[in-house]
Amino acid sequence: MSYLRSFGRFWWDFIVGDDWLVAAGVAIALVLTYVLTRNDVNAWWLLPVGVVLVLIESLRRAVRPRPQR
Amino acid sequence: MATRMSTGSILLLAGAFLACAVEMVEALTIVLGVGIVRGWRSTLIGAGAAGIVLVALVAALGPALGSIPIGTLRLVVGALLLAFGLQWLRKAILRSSGHKELHDEEQAFRLQQAQAAAAQDDQRAGLDWYSFTVAFKGILLEGLEVVFIVIAFGSAQGELRLAVAGAAIALVVVVVAGFLARGPLSRVPENTIKFIVGLLLTSFGCFWGAEGAGVEWPGDELSLLGVIAFFTLVSLALVRTLRRKRVLPAPVGAGA
Repeated sequence: MSYLRSFGRFWWDFIVGDDWLVAAGVAIALVLTYVLTRNDVNAWWLLPVGVVLVLIESLRRAVRPRPQR
Repeated sequence: MATRMSTGSILLLAGAFLACAVEMVEALTIVLGVGIVRGWRSTLIGAGAAGIVLVALVAALGPALGSIPIGTLRLVVGALLLAFGLQWLRKAILRSSGHKELHDEEQAFRLQQAQAAAAQDDQRAGLDWYSFTVAFKGILLEGLEVVFIVIAFGSAQGELRLAVAGAAIALVVVVVAGFLARGPLSRVPENTIKFIVGLLLTSFGCFWGAEGAGVEWPGDELSLLGVIAFFTLVSLALVRTLRRKRVLPAPVGAGA
């Protein structure tokens, strides 16, 4: 059981890492790109812009001051 | 066309080399830390056993991925590379801007040595079990990232041999450098290389992910250079912006 947990944790850390928003944002940007290209829109610009927006938001969350307990 | 191919190939080789070299520097620190304190035989057997597992993984998964349609493969590999590469880039930006401590190979080496010295003697199958398991796990975990990068780069570009060559060159360079230095490669600008690797992984992931989703890049493979340039400029701008909000002392040797 602990091996399974370790295995799952490894993949979680590998793909999701410190901020789940990054993986979720990448998935959403890719799905949007897929949908647009299927509707004859060559949305080559969407993924780079989406990646930058996700990166900015993730960094903003990382450096924001934590509330004092 | 030949120029376009060589641009993609050179970037792929450089990306595989740098990404694998960084992981191997960390793996070398583990092996050296344990080997110097507890002896080399069990440590090297552990490292070798992990190496065999990793080579078997590449040999099995690499050709198997060749049977998947290239569009689907690029979509999946691109998504994984993007998620993985953005983590590297995010950490590199936080380190370069002083919001996260720099990775210190010398400190990791000292910690590894202290743990190795404190561990109890446990002989199994004629091996120092601590040395064997620490070297095996260390090489396997760092190596899995190398395997992922090699397979991702090689399969999505259809040039597995080139990606394997990049990793093999990195292995030779890191092992020779480690042998000559007889210590951790703390003078390697690891944090700067991680920044570059984060940029390359993110750029390749973006390029292949979008292609897998059906995009036709203007300029075909040459647009990969544009993607790298775009992410580089944005990342440098983010480092500058975040430095104004720095919470840690100014990073030393953190290029970028």
